[in-house]
Amino acid sequence: MSDVAIIGFAASDHSITTSGVETLVPVFEDVLAQAGLGRREIGFWCSGSSDYLAGRAFSFVNAVDAIGAVPPIAESHVEMDAAWAFYEAYLKILTGEAETALVYGFGKSTAGELHRVLALQLDPYTVAPLWPDAISVAALQARLALEAGLFTERDMAVVAARDSGADPEELLGHPYLSDPLRAHDVARVKDGAAAVVLAAGERARRSRSRPAWISGIAHRVDPQGLGERDLTAVPSASAAARDAGLDARVDVAALHAPFTHQELLLRAALGISENVRVVRPDGDAMFSAGLSRIGAAAEEIMSGRADRAAAHATSGPALQQNLVCTMGATP
Amino acid sequence: MRRAAVLGTGQTHHRTRRTDVSMAGLCREAIDRALTDSGTTWDQIDAVVLGKAPDLFEGVMMPELFLADAIGAAGKPLLRVHTAGSVGGATALVATSLIRAGVHRRVLAVAFEKQSESNAMWALSIQPPFTAPIGAGAGGYFAPHIRSYIRRFDAPEHVGAMVAVKDRRNGALNPYAHLRQPDISLESVRRSPMLWDPIRYDETCPSSDGACALVIGDQEAADRSDRQVAWIRATAMRTEPTFYSGKDHVNPRAGAEAARALWEAAGITDPLNEVDVAEIYVPFSWFEPMWLENLGFAGPGRGWKLTESGETGIGGRLPVNPSGGVLCSNPIGASGLLRFAEAAMQVMGRAGEHQVEGAATALGHAYGGGSQFFSMWVVGRRP
Repeated sequence: MSDVAIIGFAASDHSITTSGVETLVPVFEDVLAQAGLGRREIGFWCSGSSDYLAGRAFSFVNAVDAIGAVPPIAESHVEMDAAWAFYEAYLKILTGEAETALVYGFGKSTAGELHRVLALQLDPYTVAPLWPDAISVAALQARLALEAGLFTERDMAVVAARDSGADPEELLGHPYLSDPLRAHDVARVKDGAAAVVLAAGERARRSRSRPAWISGIAHRVDPQGLGERDLTAVPSASAAARDAGLDARVDVAALHAPFTHQELLLRAALGISENVRVVRPDGDAMFSAGLSRIGAAAEEIMSGRADRAAAHATSGPALQQNLVCTMGATP
Repeated sequence: MRRAAVLGTGQTHHRTRRTDVSMAGLCREAIDRALTDSGTTWDQIDAVVLGKAPDLFEGVMMPELFLADAIGAAGKPLLRVHTAGSVGGATALVATSLIRAGVHRRVLAVAFEKQSESNAMWALSIQPPFTAPIGAGAGGYFAPHIRSYIRRFDAPEHVGAMVAVKDRRNGALNPYAHLRQPDISLESVRRSPMLWDPIRYDETCPSSDGACALVIGDQEAADRSDRQVAWIRATAMRTEPTFYSGKDHVNPRAGAEAARALWEAAGITDPLNEVDVAEIYVPFSWFEPMWLENLGFAGPGRGWKLTESGETGIGGRLPVNPSGGVLCSNPIGASGLLRFAEAAMQVMGRAGEHQVEGAATALGHAYGGGSQFFSMWVVGRRP
C-alpha cells in the first residue's frame, strides 16, 4: 500500500454564511501555503457538509465557488462530517488516481436550533415525530452509563474542567440541563470550517520535512435504534480503532466527543489509557469537527510534539458512527 | 490499477408514490435484487455506500443513519455521498474506489429517492439570503440552455419530440420503468402542453420514488462469479462552478473534460464506433443531442443530426437509453446509479427486452447541479 501523509491543516472558528464560501477562501489559502502547493496542483477535492444545517438544498454547491474550479476539477462531496471526506480522499490517492487531495468541511451550526435540528436524524416514522433533541438523546446514554457504574457525574465534570480550568466541585453545583447532563457536559455549539491537504509519498516529502504519515484509517456505523444497541458501549468505535491499528503506543489522541460522558465512553471503547494526552478542541463545529481532530492530531506530529497520534470523529445520535485515524512521524 | 467489476444490479419498480414501502423497504427491494443477481450474501458485503440527492426531499437529515441496519451496513463502514443530480453516478464511483484502493472485496452501492415523502418543489424553493431567486424549477432553469442549443445549431424543433418518443417506447420494454408508453407518437408529444418553451410535458422527466443497487467486486470476486460481470474499464468525475465568466451551459467544459479523461482511460479513440450502448442522463429530451456532443459522440451541431437519423434507437449505431432513461423514471438520487446499472446490465447481457444485441462496451453517465457535476464510467464484457 502506498504511503499517504497529511501535509497541511487549517481551520476557522466561524462561518459567515451557510454557503461557507467567505470562510473557506482564507482557510484554503492557509492550508495550501502550509502544504506548499498551488490550488491547481490539487488532484482531488472532497468535502463534507449538511443541507439540514444550512437549512437549504444543495448547500455544498456554492462552496465550490471558494475553490475557483476553472478549469474543472475532480471533486466529490459527502453529506457527513468531513472526516469521512478525508477517508474518501485517502482512498483516491491509494488507487493512484490522485497524488494530492484537499479535504474540507464547513457548517454554520448557529444558523438554527442545532439540537432540535439533529432530531431529524432519527427514524422518521417512529422516533423523530417525538422530537427528541440531541441533548436529551445524549442524556439517555449518560444515564445508562451512570447506572451501569461506568463513571460518575464528577468524572464527567473533571473532563469539562480539564479544558475550562474550572473547579469540578463547583461545576457539580450547577443545575441540570437535561438530567444528568449539565451545561458543562455539552460542547459549545460552534460555527466553523477546516481543511486538510493530503499527499502521496514523494510528494509529501517534497512539501514538508515532517509530514504526518497515515498508518491506519477505518470507520464503522452501529444500528441507530436507541433500544437496539447497548448505548454504554461503542462497538463501531472499537472496531474502527482495531482496524486502524490504534494501540497503546500513541502519544496523543484527538477525540470528537460532543458530550463529556461520550469522551469517557470513547476512551474505554478506543482503549486510550490515562497516560495518553487527549486533545479536545473546544466546541462542536458540525461537519468540520471530525476533520479538525484529524488536523489537530497531524499538527502534533508535524510540529514534533508527538511521534504517534490518533484522531477520532463521530456522527449521528449517541455516537452511532465513528472513524479512527492513526498517524506517525515515519511512513 | 486494481480491477473492479459490477457483479450484479437491482432496482425497484419506480412509481410516483410507493406508499406500499418505507424508505428502508424501498432500498431493500433494490438491494435484495442486486444481491440475488450477483449471487452475493450479506456477510460477503464489506462496506456500503449510499447516495441520494438533498435530504429535504424526504425530510430526514442524513437518512443513511436510521437506514444503517436495513441496508446491511450495521457494524460495517458506511459512506453517504451527495453530489446533486450526479450523485447516483458518484455513488458508483466511490464504491469503485473502495475496491480499487484495495481495502474491500465486495461493496454495496445503493441510491434512492422517495420524493413522495416530502415535497420536492418545496425542498428546492427555499430561498437562501443574498441569492437571486430563480423560482422556475429544473425545467425553467434548463429551458434557456436548450433554446440556446437550438439557436446555435439551427436544430429543427421535432428532434426533442423524437427523443421523447424513443425513450418512452424504450421504457415500455423495461418492466421497472415508471412511465411505459408504447403508443406515444410524435404527434401526441407535440400536442402535449408546453411547460417551459421549448420543453413540452411529454419531453419532461417524471418525479419518482425508486432505488437502485449494485454489488461491485474486486478481481477475485469477479473471477469467482459464475455469471458474466461488467468490468469497470474507466471512471471520471469533474466539477465546475454553477456560473463563471465563459461558462457554456450548452456544452459545459466539466462534462467535456470528464469525457476526454474517460475515453483516454478506457483506451477509446472513437467513442461513436467503439461504444455499443449509452445510458445518458437526459431529464429533458433535448439533452440527448446536447450530451452526445458534450461526450464527444458527435461534433458541435451534429448531435441533433445523430438523433434525427434514428441511430440512437435500439438497433441503431449508438442506442441511447434503451431502458427509457430519466425520461421514464426519475427517482433523482438514484437516477444516476440507474444509468450506471443499466450500462452494466447491457454488457452482462441481462437487460431483458431492452437488451442491445452484442453489447460489449457501454457508457453510464450522470450530471447534476447547474450542469456542473459530471460522473461517468465505461463498463465492458472484458476488463
